[in-house]
Amino acid sequence: MSVDTTTVRRIAHLSRIAVTDDEVAHLQSELNAILAFVEQLRGVDVEGVEPMTSVMPMQLKKRADQVTDGFIADEIVANAPRREDHFFVVPKVVE
Amino acid sequence: MNTHVKPSKLVKGATGDWEIIVGMEVHAQVTSRAKLFSGASTEFGGEPNSHVSLIDAAMPGMLPVINAECVAQAVRTGLGLKAQINLTSVFDRKNYFYPDLPQGYQISQYKSPIVGEGEVIVDVSPTEQIRVGIERLHLEQDAGKSLHDQSATESLVDLNRSGVALMEIVSKPDLRSADEARAYVSKLRTIMRYLGTCDGNMEQGSLRADVNVSVRRPGDPLGTRCEIKNVNSIRFIGQAIEAEARRQIGIIEDGGVIEQETRLFDPTRGETRSMRSKEEAHDYRYFPDPDLLPLHLDQSYIETLAADLPELPDEKRARFIKDYALPPYDAGVLVADRESADFFESVAKGRDAKLAANWVINELFGRLNKEGQGIATSPVSAEQLAAIIDLISDGTISGKIAKDVFEIVWSEGGDPRALVESRGMKQVTDTGAIEAAIDQIIASNPDKVAQAQQKPTMLGWFVGQAMKATGGKANPQAVNTLLKAKLGI
Repeated sequence: MSVDTTTVRRIAHLSRIAVTDDEVAHLQSELNAILAFVEQLRGVDVEGVEPMTSVMPMQLKKRADQVTDGFIADEIVANAPRREDHFFVVPKVVE
Repeated sequence: MNTHVKPSKLVKGATGDWEIIVGMEVHAQVTSRAKLFSGASTEFGGEPNSHVSLIDAAMPGMLPVINAECVAQAVRTGLGLKAQINLTSVFDRKNYFYPDLPQGYQISQYKSPIVGEGEVIVDVSPTEQIRVGIERLHLEQDAGKSLHDQSATESLVDLNRSGVALMEIVSKPDLRSADEARAYVSKLRTIMRYLGTCDGNMEQGSLRADVNVSVRRPGDPLGTRCEIKNVNSIRFIGQAIEAEARRQIGIIEDGGVIEQETRLFDPTRGETRSMRSKEEAHDYRYFPDPDLLPLHLDQSYIETLAADLPELPDEKRARFIKDYALPPYDAGVLVADRESADFFESVAKGRDAKLAANWVINELFGRLNKEGQGIATSPVSAEQLAAIIDLISDGTISGKIAKDVFEIVWSEGGDPRALVESRGMKQVTDTGAIEAAIDQIIASNPDKVAQAQQKPTMLGWFVGQAMKATGGKANPQAVNTLLKAKLGI
């Protein structure tokens, strides 16, 4: 599997990463090198092997259903470039 | 599942019949105090960004910790949908950019959802029941809310909803009409309200649906589908399906081709339109969320939750049919919500159940609907309605007078038995009094008497006069018997 320059541009756009035209070829070869490595991994027979998600057998940590957070609207919007009455203000987005 | 094409479901086009195929993704807000991965409140409303933690705002370095109750609610819902509960499920990141999604991804479940295949039985009409397959149910985060009306050039973003737990319930493409789709969503809502897992409040956005619609010639393979996003009322779901099916049939019959796309339903114009901005968003690049381990459940945990489930609508309906000998449709109406079913049961207990059902459905529900009220705010309590039914059953009042008593209780309140006493509404069963009234009518209408003897259907006129003379309080049966005897018919 390998990617062409169109795919590189599309992935960059979906990820909202600005990629200039002269960077595309370089990124394409980097991505293809990664994909070649994954291709190599694909050669390993993992039939019947459970995917390992953690080195130590750990359980997903859970929380009780209690309201313990929030009510910090000042802090939430503190770093927003623009705000109004505790709302974030962004350029118009509408369908 | 519904493999047979039902002719009644087909839609007539200019060139012949078409079958509508609908599948739905229903987003149901989980009833919980705190959000899916943070300790912020889920309460509706609230000042902008007040129910937001640093996790919900996606501040760097914050880690999600799952709310155990949201997991339990998803399992309960899965059990209520008679579905497979998966002992291992995985949270994935669904990547897209939008101002109300500060993380840049939604935590959702993609390949391994918490609930697998199930089935819902749906009553479409008094005579038609369908089975709708459930494909899966998964847990995911809700996004924030953007307000567009405040300014021409800016949108305001409130993250209060951001991170609230949703259950996405995906149906199989088993629905064949707008009616079936509406009935399916109503049934899902009923089940979740019984379970207490989603309040089903569509005005507050607790239940929204994405509707997939395609059309085909009966017997053909599935056509290309379009997805109508975020339809937020049961009525609109029906309208959106009908409008979209008409649009697709029109295009195909004119020789065109349906393009797979995301559309939006515009209720004021009654049509769907393309949401071009969403087209590229279909490439979500899902991958397992590295912040969260897989969710493992024990069989014993599931069994504990199953043991604590309330009686579900289908079971309750079956019990009402069996124990109270109610017609299936009446039973279905009564179990549509838990409060109505409880109300009926307290009225019916130890009484004529059919009479109780008629009164609850026709008089009470009829009146509540007319006034736009729900059972919870009914001015007539179960005890009061039960007392009215007792008065009918023991012959104190007729069914007709009972309606007057119901009116008085509805508007003024009070104890029905005391009201009947104090206002002299008791049925006259004393034959002497009835006889006197009848004798009077016969004496003053000799011509009618002669007619009646020729034409026995004239009896109705005499019954009417007798009821009038006694202020509607005469026992109708006693009147009939006496009249027949006296007129010799």
